[in-house]
Amino acid sequence: MDLLYKPWPWFIAGPVIGLTVPLLLWIGNKRLGISSTLRHICAACLPSKIPLFNYHWKSEIWSFFFAAGLVMGGMIGGWIFANPNPVAISSKTVEYFSSLGITQQTGLMPEGIYTWQTLLSGKGFLLMIGGGFCVGFGTRYAQGCTSGHGILGLSALQWPSLIATVSFFIGGILFAHFVLPHILLL
Amino acid sequence: MKNIRYLFVGIVFGLALTKGEAISWYRIQEMFRFESFHMFGIFMTAVPVGAISIFLFKKWKVKTLDGEPIESPTKNFHPGIIIGSLIFGVGWALTGACPGPLYAQIGSGSTVTIITLLAALFGTWSFGKIQRWLPGHQ
Repeated sequence: MDLLYKPWPWFIAGPVIGLTVPLLLWIGNKRLGISSTLRHICAACLPSKIPLFNYHWKSEIWSFFFAAGLVMGGMIGGWIFANPNPVAISSKTVEYFSSLGITQQTGLMPEGIYTWQTLLSGKGFLLMIGGGFCVGFGTRYAQGCTSGHGILGLSALQWPSLIATVSFFIGGILFAHFVLPHILLL
Repeated sequence: MKNIRYLFVGIVFGLALTKGEAISWYRIQEMFRFESFHMFGIFMTAVPVGAISIFLFKKWKVKTLDGEPIESPTKNFHPGIIIGSLIFGVGWALTGACPGPLYAQIGSGSTVTIITLLAALFGTWSFGKIQRWLPGHQ
């Protein structure tokens, strides 16, 4: 039983994530990609005569099922069989967090930062609403996210996806080093 | 309901992301600070598994469950890929989540992530709205 609650090492999680690529292709010629579900939801709910959102979104309904599965997978792995221990991050990262006044608790998200109470503070607004906006805007501009470019695109040896993945990391690394600590200290 | 298949693949994908802690804000910060191999190990095993599968599909001319030929995925380049990816990278650092983990985080009990997801939807919608004035879009 203990096994169900334990986190998976990278050499188990990585190959399982990789296997979704052939699985989706085999069961229905579908390409792994999550940011496209954001586009399909916009197309279904608020197309507003915007060219990007006027297409036959009903033929993409499979991706809503896939996204619903993701929510359920998160529920099974992160709630029903939640790891009772804190995420085993490196001691260096723990030090960095404590220098910002963040003490690590159990759970996947830091307590006291990403909550309904902090949502309307300057910090919470920047992290959740500002961050969410950048995720949605950037992935559509880039026509893919970590799954569509980083996993599927790289697996199919597409060089534009390599440029995308390197750029995700450049943006994230620079921001995480030079800007994010100041936001977390707000 | 043929679509139920995708629900099951989604569950497997979501479970692997969650149990692999790729949806953890802590892991994402650790990754961007190069302080652990964990997240890089996930990428470095996921991509070869995907690549070898696609290679074998081509080599053996594997058909889909419904007997269709499998289409090899292609991605075209346009300069917006660089600009958009940099913006997304910033969002990834801010939220600790890319779009897949947003869904899985909600399932794992972080209900406030629903707001982050709505903000992401608004971001996607805004891109569509102003797309024609942006450089490098397709």
